[in-house]
Amino acid sequence: MATAVTKRWKTKLGFLFIQEDECKGCNFCIEFCPKKVLERSEQFNAKGYYPPIVIDAEACVNCTFCELVCPDFAIWSEKLSPETVREGDNHG
Amino acid sequence: MGKRILAGTHFMNGDEACAEGAVAAGCSLFAGYPITPQSEIAERISVRLPQVGGVFIQMEDEISSLAAVLGGAWGGAKAMTATSGPGFSLMMENLGLGLMTETPCVLINIQRGGPSTGLPTLVGQGDMMQARWGSHGDYAVIALCPSSPQESFELTVDAFNLAEIYRLPVLVMSDEVVGHMYERVDIDPDKIKIVERKKPSLPPGEFLLYKPGPNLVPEGMPSFGDGYKVHVTGLTHDERGYPIIDAATQHQNVVRLRDKIYKNIDDIVRVEETATEDADVVIVTYGISARTSLGALNMARDKGLKVGMLRLITVWPFPEAIVKAMAQRVAGFVVPEINLGQIVLEVDRVVRGDTIVRSVPHAGGDIHDPRVILEAIEEVLAHAS
Amino acid sequence: MPAKSRALPTPDLLTDVRHPMEKYLRMDRLPHIWCSGCGLGTALSCFTYALDELGLTDADLGVVSGIGCTGRAAGYLNLDSYHTTHGRAIAFATGLALARPEKKVVVISGDGDLFAIGGNHFIHAARRNINMTVLCVNNFNYGMTGGQFGPTTPIGQKGTTAPYGNFENPFNLPYLAASSGAVYVARWTSLDARRVKEAMMEAIQRPGFSFVEIISPCPTNYGRRNRIGDGLDELRYYQENTVIRHGSDPKHADLGPGKEITVGCFVDEPRPTYLELYNELVVKKNQF
Repeated sequence: MATAVTKRWKTKLGFLFIQEDECKGCNFCIEFCPKKVLERSEQFNAKGYYPPIVIDAEACVNCTFCELVCPDFAIWSEKLSPETVREGDNHG
Repeated sequence: MGKRILAGTHFMNGDEACAEGAVAAGCSLFAGYPITPQSEIAERISVRLPQVGGVFIQMEDEISSLAAVLGGAWGGAKAMTATSGPGFSLMMENLGLGLMTETPCVLINIQRGGPSTGLPTLVGQGDMMQARWGSHGDYAVIALCPSSPQESFELTVDAFNLAEIYRLPVLVMSDEVVGHMYERVDIDPDKIKIVERKKPSLPPGEFLLYKPGPNLVPEGMPSFGDGYKVHVTGLTHDERGYPIIDAATQHQNVVRLRDKIYKNIDDIVRVEETATEDADVVIVTYGISARTSLGALNMARDKGLKVGMLRLITVWPFPEAIVKAMAQRVAGFVVPEINLGQIVLEVDRVVRGDTIVRSVPHAGGDIHDPRVILEAIEEVLAHAS
Repeated sequence: MPAKSRALPTPDLLTDVRHPMEKYLRMDRLPHIWCSGCGLGTALSCFTYALDELGLTDADLGVVSGIGCTGRAAGYLNLDSYHTTHGRAIAFATGLALARPEKKVVVISGDGDLFAIGGNHFIHAARRNINMTVLCVNNFNYGMTGGQFGPTTPIGQKGTTAPYGNFENPFNLPYLAASSGAVYVARWTSLDARRVKEAMMEAIQRPGFSFVEIISPCPTNYGRRNRIGDGLDELRYYQENTVIRHGSDPKHADLGPGKEITVGCFVDEPRPTYLELYNELVVKKNQF
């Protein structure tokens, strides 16, 4: 898990991380994310599953539901303290 | 706080002596279930453990009793249970768990007439093969057989020590007569040797839970909460304790569990020989049957017959070398036991025809009449001449 | 709009980034064996977040598991973990808890392990109020052995050994736990992940015998044989049929075809624990 590539998106309050190769395509996070931040990627991962991809990073409020419900520890978020949020930006 | 070692001379039955032996050995958790003829052990230890900072719990059945003992052991306690035939049968699966996970604890079986409900209040010695083969799969056990309340005390202390040294559940295979007979029991603190739980010498991260030492026994056992993040499983596992489901790990695991007993057999085995130097016939026996055999031996000697006795204090591992050597110089063995012939099979297997092996069976419910043993001896002598 | 053609936010690509709960996981044993869509990973995840939020480590707490899919949970946790015989986790945990009363013992096992073969130990440990938390992932069947029905399988539902549909009256786990004497009883589905974590936190903090049931999908066996669809479909079913009734009488929390899934915290009443009573009424009273 540690050496795998981790994708990190900037969100309003911090970051969202996805380790695609850990995902087993259950779609729990995609379906039940309250802000519709995620969608199924069109590329499958090393295991042959379609992991989630962030389609709207701004919508994410770091509510941590996805990381709690994820059965494979493939997605998680990090909320930064308010001061540090302003410095970060988004490449999008 | 009460005293663990009740120094002095006492008049106790074998069950009570087992309980005192456990308390003297440092037992701090007893989990058991009532069953005749074992209940006096539980009753006495339920009085004594609270006096010495221990915990007595009466569980809901014998299955949970041994499971709680195994859990207690991994919590750092010296733990024990006690039962009789029917409970012993219920404990078989978790005996296997204790063997596979190399968990030190003591299991006392006060044998009664079987099978099934059998003779709850009467003697039997019919669980001896079950002690060796009762759980599923290949493994090795240590089973000690007391012939008196004094020995019930001593062998319970030894059982706790052997459990710590060889890291497994150690069986004390007593029986209803030894358990219920009252005799003098001398408790001398200076004679009591206690083997304490060995903690790992390596720090977490370097320490491997099941890495064997030179005597094939894992070195050091961390307790729950000691920071070693142990993983203990009944699944076949590697030296870290991680389950590995393949034949190679199985071979390494199971062969070592056997060898850690059989490669150390000389340090484990204990027997008592009586008048065997010039013996033509030797009585091979254990437990209460050794007391009746002594009667037969004396009667034989009075008749000028050269008879000796080899009393097995450890029935498992079976003292093969001693029996095989003795077989070369005697006309025959008689094997009295209160079952239809169990340990006699081991004698026969080891002797392999070198000399006569004569079972002296008894279906249970009573001890042998010494004259029956004497007749067997005379039969063997007649046959041999 | 198909994802590809919209301007998607571009993530940073990092290496050697660790999941925040890694400290609680035996990384050398992951990924775990549970099927895609199974709720067990969710239960494990919620448990690690519960420990993290409580600031607990292996110095405070250990895990005992029985046999079955859920039984494998102990093996994935970077804690003192004990994987015992089928049905006997609670009995083993009783000994562990009595030997180290200052530690918390958590049993994580499945519906078959805890309530069929292990039922006798569950009701007695609860009756005695032994200090332990029991987390039962209830997926209504014996998944590991291929999908046999179990003691909680709803009437009419199929299992490989109930090919004509189960006709046995299933246990209502909160009701059983409450009536046996558990001091804390809660039930959630694995979709209610946040509440599962919170219930676990509460249960762990309660002295004595606490119980949390986590209803979970089993797409490979139970879901497939009962045409529920995959794990996602089962979570959707939970979403549409779950009703929260904190403090309601667990007698009415039985499950069955056409019935709501009543969730919530049913019992939260402290009671003296086994060792508190032992020390009070045996040790102190006799000045040992």
